Amino acid sequence: MSRASPGHPEYGGEKLGEAKEEREATLRVEDLHVEVEGRQILHGVNLEIKCGETHVLFGPNGSGKTTLLMAVMGFPRYKVTRGRIFLGGEDITALPPYERARRGIGIMFQRPPTVRGVSLAQMAALCSRDGVDVEKLAVDLNLGDFLSRDVNHGFSGGEIKRSELLQLLAQDPRVVLLDEPESGVDMENLQLVGRAIRKLLQKDLRRRRTRCGLIITHTGYILDYVEADVGHVLCEGTIVCSGNPREQLEGIRRYGFEECARCTR
Amino acid sequence: MCTMHALKEIRQRARAAAEKPAPYGSDLDLSTYVDEAPERSYVESLEQLEELGEEELARAGVEKSGRGRSGSFVQIDGSVVHRKALEKGLEILSTREALEKYDWLWDYYWKAVAVDADKYTAAVELGPFEGYFMRALPGSRTIYPLQACLYIREPRFVQRVHNVVIAEEGSELHIITGCASEHEIKAGLHLGVSEFYVKKGARITFTMVHNWAEGMDVRPRSGIVVEEGGLFMSNYVVMEPLRTLQLYPTARLVGEGAVARFHSILVAQPGSELDVGSRVILSAPRCSAEIISRAITKGGYIAARGHIRGEVGGVKAHLECRGLILDGRGVIHAVPELEGRAEDVDMSHEAAVGKIAQEEVEYLMARGLSEEEATSTIVRGFLNVKIEGLPPLLEREMRRMMELSEEKAL
Repeated sequence: MSRASPGHPEYGGEKLGEAKEEREATLRVEDLHVEVEGRQILHGVNLEIKCGETHVLFGPNGSGKTTLLMAVMGFPRYKVTRGRIFLGGEDITALPPYERARRGIGIMFQRPPTVRGVSLAQMAALCSRDGVDVEKLAVDLNLGDFLSRDVNHGFSGGEIKRSELLQLLAQDPRVVLLDEPESGVDMENLQLVGRAIRKLLQKDLRRRRTRCGLIITHTGYILDYVEADVGHVLCEGTIVCSGNPREQLEGIRRYGFEECARCTR
Repeated sequence: MCTMHALKEIRQRARAAAEKPAPYGSDLDLSTYVDEAPERSYVESLEQLEELGEEELARAGVEKSGRGRSGSFVQIDGSVVHRKALEKGLEILSTREALEKYDWLWDYYWKAVAVDADKYTAAVELGPFEGYFMRALPGSRTIYPLQACLYIREPRFVQRVHNVVIAEEGSELHIITGCASEHEIKAGLHLGVSEFYVKKGARITFTMVHNWAEGMDVRPRSGIVVEEGGLFMSNYVVMEPLRTLQLYPTARLVGEGAVARFHSILVAQPGSELDVGSRVILSAPRCSAEIISRAITKGGYIAARGHIRGEVGGVKAHLECRGLILDGRGVIHAVPELEGRAEDVDMSHEAAVGKIAQEEVEYLMARGLSEEEATSTIVRGFLNVKIEGLPPLLEREMRRMMELSEEKAL
């Protein structure tokens, strides 16, 4: 299946310059209100992730973290009732998920479905930009033997994470959305997962990063592998605190999320 | 038993069943079809065949050049226009020729399918019929498959076919068959009796792709007998529209360790009625069977049946029916049956009918596929049954044939 990918001459009619690419890799969420099956989950979220930055999202269960990611990806179940989402300068609030993916938003699912009869190799090929060596990526992620298997079918927790990261690396998105990349992953795999995320977010590039990311984390373990610039705490559908992610994590570990909520009052 | 006597008895039984309806599928009025069709002349080489072009044959899985095939059989309406085996150890004749040539064939004739099973089997025996006789001599193995094509040109024609396929001890026989008709045909009937005999340690794979026209009615009647250590494998694909199709092939595993596998891929277009089953009777120890079907309705009716009967202990069998409803006007009726008649049988089934999971569509959309592309990827995946035991060459061929059909059907 061929399709125009961002940065490709077919897309937008002209080849995008580097400066524009940088501008594009900025995610801005303005006063976002989101409803799921008639229930209001997000009550006015504001967030800006600049090019090159990695943000983490903390918050208790049910606070709306996954909803925020899903709404940014544009799934119809997550209905935006107010507010807007911008990718670079473009308002993408009304775009379907595949248009957002084609513009460079990539998401790692926490519990992706099995698609029978579609192999991981096919899946990675569907995602990938021209010239991506899926096999090499798979070997790096220790997934060489999984390429011919139906995607996610009988995969363990760690295998699912690595399979998701393989797809994302093949897609090479500008904005990377990760939903609990460390959940269900053992220590050995965590290192592999961490390394792949670093690569996705160009963490080893000192200057001129052209990617940005938003990571949901419960445990904060991922921070041992991936440096984050800003942390946000989401409580009951609003961001109650933004700041140094390590300090936030420390606070949450010591006092719990209740303290975060109280802190804002 | 002498030939004359055998034939007399067969005819008698056929006459008695001439009005007997089949247990499944719409009952057809045989008097509305015609027996006459223009005689087609025989050609020594397929390439000389003028009636069918390369493309028409390709749709039926037949390679006109004969490349990559170990032999060919082509029947148009009631005429056998070509039959030739290209490799040693293989034999292809028309069934009538074979009956004249081999007295022993009467030991196989109507032994795997009962002539009085229903009015359709009876009609094949009582009317003018053709069909192929294929045989792999003991120990012969060919890499390339044999190809057979049964084609209907004449409107309202009833094509009566009686095939006999024998894989002698230790031999291997791979057959690709296409059944097709002129697309403009408003009505027509194909009655196809096929009897397969898999001898000790032999194997037959039978890959069939249907390509009928919208007005066609089709009633295949197949019986398979598998001896010790033998394997029979059927891959059956119907994706294009036709009026009604009903079949329920039955494999009898009579020797220790015999194996039967049926894979069916069914797509019912609006107005089509497909009643497709597979039955395996396991009557020797260590036999095993697998019946897998994938059914998709785009508005038509599908009955996906399966029946496994374990008659002795130590047998293992699995039945799997999955259905996908892409159009709410369609029906998928899955009827899996397990019948255990001994202790220590290991039989299971799994059936599921539903629509495409929205979650899967969204997963693919998040990777950049439009809703339409995502749906089509999922549907193709659904039909992408892993076929174990098919030689790689044949698997490629089958995929190619499926892709041809899929393009048009989905």
